Amino acid sequence: MANKQQQTEITTRHVNVYYGAKQALFDVNLAFPKYQLTALIGPSGCGKSTFLRCLNRGNDLLGHTRVSGEFQFEGRDIYDQAVNVMQLRSQVGMVYQQPTPFPFSIFDNVSFSQRMSGEKNPHKLAAIVEKSLRQAAIWDEVKDNLQQSALALSGGQQQRVCLASVLAANPKVILLDEPTSALDPVATAKVEETLQQLKANYTIIMVTHNMQQASRISDQVAFFLDGKLIEFNATKKIFLHPQEQMTSDYLNGKFG
Amino acid sequence: MNKQLFNSSKEIRQDKLGRLLVYSALTVVLVLALAMLYFIFSKGIATFTQNHINFWDFLTRSNWNTDNLQKPDLGAWALMVTSAETTLLAVLVTTPLALVIAIYIVVMSPKIGGRIVQPLTELLLGIPSVVYGFVGLTLLIPFLRNWAGGTGFGVLAASLVLALMILPTITSLAVEALNGVPQSYQTFAYSLGCTKWQVIVHVLLKISAPNLLVAVIFGVARAFGEALAVQMVIGNTVQLPLGLFTPAATLTSKLTTDMGNTIDDTLASNALWSLALLLLVMSLIFNLLAKLVLRRSQSRESISR
Repeated sequence: MANKQQQTEITTRHVNVYYGAKQALFDVNLAFPKYQLTALIGPSGCGKSTFLRCLNRGNDLLGHTRVSGEFQFEGRDIYDQAVNVMQLRSQVGMVYQQPTPFPFSIFDNVSFSQRMSGEKNPHKLAAIVEKSLRQAAIWDEVKDNLQQSALALSGGQQQRVCLASVLAANPKVILLDEPTSALDPVATAKVEETLQQLKANYTIIMVTHNMQQASRISDQVAFFLDGKLIEFNATKKIFLHPQEQMTSDYLNGKFG
Repeated sequence: MNKQLFNSSKEIRQDKLGRLLVYSALTVVLVLALAMLYFIFSKGIATFTQNHINFWDFLTRSNWNTDNLQKPDLGAWALMVTSAETTLLAVLVTTPLALVIAIYIVVMSPKIGGRIVQPLTELLLGIPSVVYGFVGLTLLIPFLRNWAGGTGFGVLAASLVLALMILPTITSLAVEALNGVPQSYQTFAYSLGCTKWQVIVHVLLKISAPNLLVAVIFGVARAFGEALAVQMVIGNTVQLPLGLFTPAATLTSKLTTDMGNTIDDTLASNALWSLALLLLVMSLIFNLLAKLVLRRSQSRESISR
């Protein structure tokens, strides 16, 4: 375990992102340890979601976005011309703020990525669906209704079905963009518990507005402000002894 | 006593006037629609009640002979078949094309698509049908004549003109259908590792399928009801359309061709009203079909709320 924690899964160096003429990120250097949960915090518009989207090349889809810098994922630069972007996205999965299950059955939702990569064997698909739903801690709630539309579920259940869909693609890294901000406290607690368990097998990077959430479940915290990385440290250190005045001001609610 | 409490005010009178306007407009529309239905229906059944044409014969026979009043031989079967055939051919030609254009506008290049292609297709929507017929007559007919022989007039010419006419209808409704799929589904699909092709086929087309079907149904309805352009190129001969180059006549083209040449309350005139009734029933069926498809897809979606 100690050995595991020393490995880094994703390393970024000198990341700059521009939306047209406007620069959204300035020279961000971050290293994400394997099998740990890193929280990205900061006020709205500070660039944390932009940074998160860079990690699975989600910014490619937005148009007139320019990304520069180095993104090492398992020793390869993910912005290399030769990279298979579809493969990258299934290895670096993303869960969004609003639950976005497709208007299909729960089974079709969770098996989607596997079906898209050509898996047709119904037994294999069923096994993957069950495993993913179990990992996302929602199997017991939906196992009798797999053919029901995913849209019929509650928001919290939908979010965990989305998580299961991402897990079914066999990712190594899971990105979460404020995954609980649209959920009630009970559903939030369930998602947090699920993430705690997933940490054993996945590297998790999560954007959150919720300071308590960051302090509860993250191992590291990166604090962004105005497109710059202000401070990056172990969660305890950030919350108890922030090195930067701005971090402490933000955590104490002086702005944000 | 509080007098103001019982006084009428300007606002209240305005309110009453507004309500009066709305209800009177509504009444006019309702009366018009009902009168139209009654008129077409009563005139349409006169063929069977006054002229004693057998209703079953009318549906199944293919001759259109109204001159011999002793033994009239009257049947709309050939007309119905021709209408169905031209419509079907037109929709088969147009639907794939319209889908490709819609996908281009919505997914491939929203910039060029939205600024150039979409306005162009909408422009097509505004061209009067007589112009389509004229273009068919002057460009298509000579081409078909040289290519396949014969006169050039016939089912194929009519189908192609119709195909062009319903292209903008189906395209613009398909664009609406595709735009109706929330962006979040596309984003999520991409983030699960989908290619653009997979996003289009397995997310966009799949989710918008009911609305795309409605787009096609409206295209069918428009093609089925189009009269003038078809009449100009189909050759206007009442017979079963056995080949693509057979001159034929549709329900609508027969109506436009003959309507100036009959005398009221004769068999020839009543028979045309019967055709109108048939058309009315058909268009009601298309509308019901579209409503049914939409209601089914909406009831499926409303589970989410």
